Amino acid sequence: MHHHHLILRVVTKMLVGAIMLFAFYVQFHGDFSPGGGFQAGVIMAVAFIIYGIVFGLDKAEQVFPPWLVHKLVALGVLLYAGVGVVSMLLGYNYLDYDAFSPHHPSHGQHWGILLVELGVGITVTGVMVAIYYAFAGRPPPMKDEDW
Amino acid sequence: MNWATILIDILSWVLILSGSAFVVIGAVGTLRFPDFWSRLHAASVSESAGMILLVAGMCLQSGLTLITVKLIIIGGFIFITGPTSTHAVSNAALTSGEKPDSDEGAAK
Repeated sequence: MHHHHLILRVVTKMLVGAIMLFAFYVQFHGDFSPGGGFQAGVIMAVAFIIYGIVFGLDKAEQVFPPWLVHKLVALGVLLYAGVGVVSMLLGYNYLDYDAFSPHHPSHGQHWGILLVELGVGITVTGVMVAIYYAFAGRPPPMKDEDW
Repeated sequence: MNWATILIDILSWVLILSGSAFVVIGAVGTLRFPDFWSRLHAASVSESAGMILLVAGMCLQSGLTLITVKLIIIGGFIFITGPTSTHAVSNAALTSGEKPDSDEGAAK
């Protein structure tokens, strides 16, 4: 692993940061252009998955440990539902974004959508990385010579 | 429409059409070449050349805007990832036992 795939390792090191930056661009530019939490979450997860494919699962789990992945899955849903609960506590309907800025409803909707999309992005990142860890960490069911 | 815009238009269409020609030739080569390695060669090399020409032509079409910056970023990304994916595919083929048969052709 350390002597093989030199080109893939160098290119991956160059591109992982750019992929993460593009994920944030899709996340926070989703109000104005195609994109949003789902796509940004998948792109962010791709950065970790390609790191795990090239450098090995143990290295990826050092960078992004499984306990943190599982916490992030719950945190995103909590943020999404929490926005709705806060708008209910402020006296509006569930997920009624007007609650965050009653005098300027468009500002409130901007903030509400931003927070909800952030929750979606965090959860999608966590779920995608968790699925990859579950598949890659599984022991192989059959060896090649068993066929 | 003055001479400069006409010149830029002609230049950009020359770039776009020649880039498209490279991509079409690469596709024909991918279908028609005899073995795996020459097909991979046809796909990767002409794809990179065609992509550079196409991106350059589209940059000339869009002028000095944010679209040009995004096109250059996309071009740089494909310029790095295309040959890398070709390397990964050919490396996997060589590891799993696919051998080039160019020596046989030269001997006959």
